[in-house]
Amino acid sequence: MTALLEVNHLTKQFGKDSKALTDVSFSVQEGEFVSIIGPSGAGKSTLLRCLNRMIDATGGEIRFQDLHVMDLKKKELKQVRTKIGMIFQHYNLVNRLSVIENTLHGILGTKSTLAGVIGYYSKEEKQQAAQILNVLGLNEMIYKRADQLSGGQKQRVGIARALIQNPRMLLCDEPIASLDPNSAKVIMDYLKKVTATMGITVIVNLHQVDVAIKYSDRIIGINKGQVVYNGSAKGLTSEDIQRIYGSEAEDLIFDIGGIHAG
Amino acid sequence: MQADIFAKKKRNTLAFLLLLGAVTILAMIITEYNALKGFASIPKAIQWGMANFYPTAESLEKLPVILEKLQETLLVSIAATTAAAVFALLFSIFGSNTTRVNAFFGAITRGIATVFRNIDVAAWALILLFSFGQSALTGYFALFFGSFGFLTRAFTETIDEVSGGSVEALKATGAGYFSIIFQSVIPSSIPQLISWILFMIETNIRSATLIGLLTGSGIGFTFNLYYKSLAYDTASLVVVVIIAAILLIEYASNYVRKVIL
Repeated sequence: MTALLEVNHLTKQFGKDSKALTDVSFSVQEGEFVSIIGPSGAGKSTLLRCLNRMIDATGGEIRFQDLHVMDLKKKELKQVRTKIGMIFQHYNLVNRLSVIENTLHGILGTKSTLAGVIGYYSKEEKQQAAQILNVLGLNEMIYKRADQLSGGQKQRVGIARALIQNPRMLLCDEPIASLDPNSAKVIMDYLKKVTATMGITVIVNLHQVDVAIKYSDRIIGINKGQVVYNGSAKGLTSEDIQRIYGSEAEDLIFDIGGIHAG
Repeated sequence: MQADIFAKKKRNTLAFLLLLGAVTILAMIITEYNALKGFASIPKAIQWGMANFYPTAESLEKLPVILEKLQETLLVSIAATTAAAVFALLFSIFGSNTTRVNAFFGAITRGIATVFRNIDVAAWALILLFSFGQSALTGYFALFFGSFGFLTRAFTETIDEVSGGSVEALKATGAGYFSIIFQSVIPSSIPQLISWILFMIETNIRSATLIGLLTGSGIGFTFNLYYKSLAYDTASLVVVVIIAAILLIEYASNYVRKVIL
């Protein structure tokens, strides 16, 4: 297996003295499902956004498919971004547009300026969008406006928009944090299933340790901008959790023993 | 501790009210305004209005002339607003935090818009009187500049509020700047933008009447003309026509808003 993504000594500083990330290093193999966990404000979102340069890191190195992401020019960066899908906590859809239009937004990165401006999509592209929506169980919603959907359905449109990019990697920023437990499970199941069949690498920020353990191959634990755990999901012990979440770990609302037993 | 906060709040309110009272009294002394006399004259004013200020049968003969001027005023207001909206959209896209090209350019566009917004339409009319003299063009430009400043501000806030999330999402897919503007920013904010334009048209029709007094054009000038020549019946007809037009426009724009939002 080769490393699809390699992060070396990544740091991010906001302002003068607030360090969001300190010397973060890890690598992600092709096809891996990696969860990043950690308390609120630990720097999970910042880390994820540094990977596709939605936020510019202050120092370090990011290699994606052997490209130095941080040195890329504007045009090359756009090209790299077309290979990386992103999914957001608040779905980030255009609410007034239909489901299929929102899905097709995923391929705007490959279009000429003119085609992008007038919103020209070929017949094949539309069929592909419809097919992806079908896989995600949204075939009856294709022409509905995004604001008529439930949270879980909106997130599935978000996934569809990322999948139509034909990405090598998916970055998911708290994809289930705004969803009820049922929809959250549906979303995680789809994410796992679709990315496994399409061979897409996934990095997902999560708040729920139990979900992270259940779905991921590997877990990266972050506390105060530093990697404090990087290992298999099965190997995560309660001491590790204590290290990731600090002293409050005792009060976490689930029982880790129960999870491993189940 | 808690009680202290409440006591402090009460003290603050009391101090504010006292200050307000003092300023009012001071202002009344300086301007030699007699409140009692002021209120007492209201019935008299109403009496005078009832006696003189109503349209008569003969004033109706002037109706075609008045309507023609009204039409001019309405069209100038609408033209000024729509033209201002086009420029405001450009400036707001370059000035909004979500869609600006860079911070420097964004600050400049916002600065320009702020200058235009903070000069009142009436002040614009006075300034422009020097360049264009007493003509409809002065009114048009006064409304245009005032609307441009206001709409830029309103559009900027709308864009920031509505499209932040989807702009981020499209950026992450590698979409280009113009694709993002046309596929995300404009579709998500268009109903609010139209709503602001309608509001601006309503406001401008009202301002246009006043500006007409200054620039000697439109329905405002017509009113002034009849009023100054003591033709109160015709002047009152002008007022009735203006009110009817404003209500009609407001009804229409409310209807449009309901449909698009």
